[in-house]
Amino acid sequence: MRWLAEVHVRLQPGIADPEGQTIAGGLRSLGFDTVSEVRAGKLLRLGFEAPDRAAAEAALTEMCRRLLANPVMETADWELRAEDDALTEASA
Amino acid sequence: MSRWPRVAVVVFPGTWSDRDFAHAAELLGWEARMVWHAEAELPDPDAVVLPGGFAHGDHLRTGAIARFSPVMRSVASFAAAGGPVLGSCNGFQILTEAGILPGALLRNDHLEFRCDWQSLRVERAAGPWLGELEQGETISLPISHGEGRYYAEESVLDELERTSRVVLRYTDAAGSLEGDANPNGSLRSIAGIVNERGNVLGLMPHPERAMEAEVGGSDGLRLLRSLERWLVAQPAVSERRP
Repeated sequence: MRWLAEVHVRLQPGIADPEGQTIAGGLRSLGFDTVSEVRAGKLLRLGFEAPDRAAAEAALTEMCRRLLANPVMETADWELRAEDDALTEASA
Repeated sequence: MSRWPRVAVVVFPGTWSDRDFAHAAELLGWEARMVWHAEAELPDPDAVVLPGGFAHGDHLRTGAIARFSPVMRSVASFAAAGGPVLGSCNGFQILTEAGILPGALLRNDHLEFRCDWQSLRVERAAGPWLGELEQGETISLPISHGEGRYYAEESVLDELERTSRVVLRYTDAAGSLEGDANPNGSLRSIAGIVNERGNVLGLMPHPERAMEAEVGGSDGLRLLRSLERWLVAQPAVSERRP
């Protein structure tokens, strides 16, 4: 069974994010002066095979832990769906 | 005449300072052996260098893919056995990703790539890579990086300080940490650290690009020269070989 995942990798809360701060400054200079915080991150889209949801989640957890995020300074969370659902959404 | 010591210079796809290290080795009278990252074994070196560059394009994170290159298992064993390892710039980033050194290197706080000569204070003149320098002296080495902001948890930083493992700090030319001395926002102005045993040095500056007064300075030559005396003083050097 084929799965699609979107993994969001971010700097841990509390670690200075100059990219986010710069974007926040840009928004404020456009007049969005209520913007108090922007945190930048990475979005990774993965397609992979796994027999069921539990196996897919286990694989994703391991991929995040071993490579996709560095636990020293990052966090990772993800959304996971079976590819058929995703294709339906993509063609809508 | 055989050249000594023999230094393995690891080359990843995207490494850019390997030739500079080869040039440094030439000036020092050392033998530099280039080792492609896909090699599983090191050629029985006296020391290992991970040069600067953009290994694997710095994709995902600096050093994130390089740490899984086959050669890194041998580098980790060599380091664990007490062998001298130097990681400069991207090499430092790879050593932290591999967990051989603690912490991580993040985007410079000003988001610029910074390429300049940088003053550094020698906090601890000991070990294979710093023994020829003087404690407390200010040296000058080139920096060339976009991701050099050293980060680690407070408890890790405290432990590094307590055990005198912060060996290089960014300063201005007068040796002060204040003002704009810190070129990237590194916590506690950290430019270089060593592992518990002191045999592995990670630093953001490039000693291999400061070998000749004609190009701006030769403090890198003094730093690298440390290796020779350290090796001679190590009775265990030959024993650590399998």
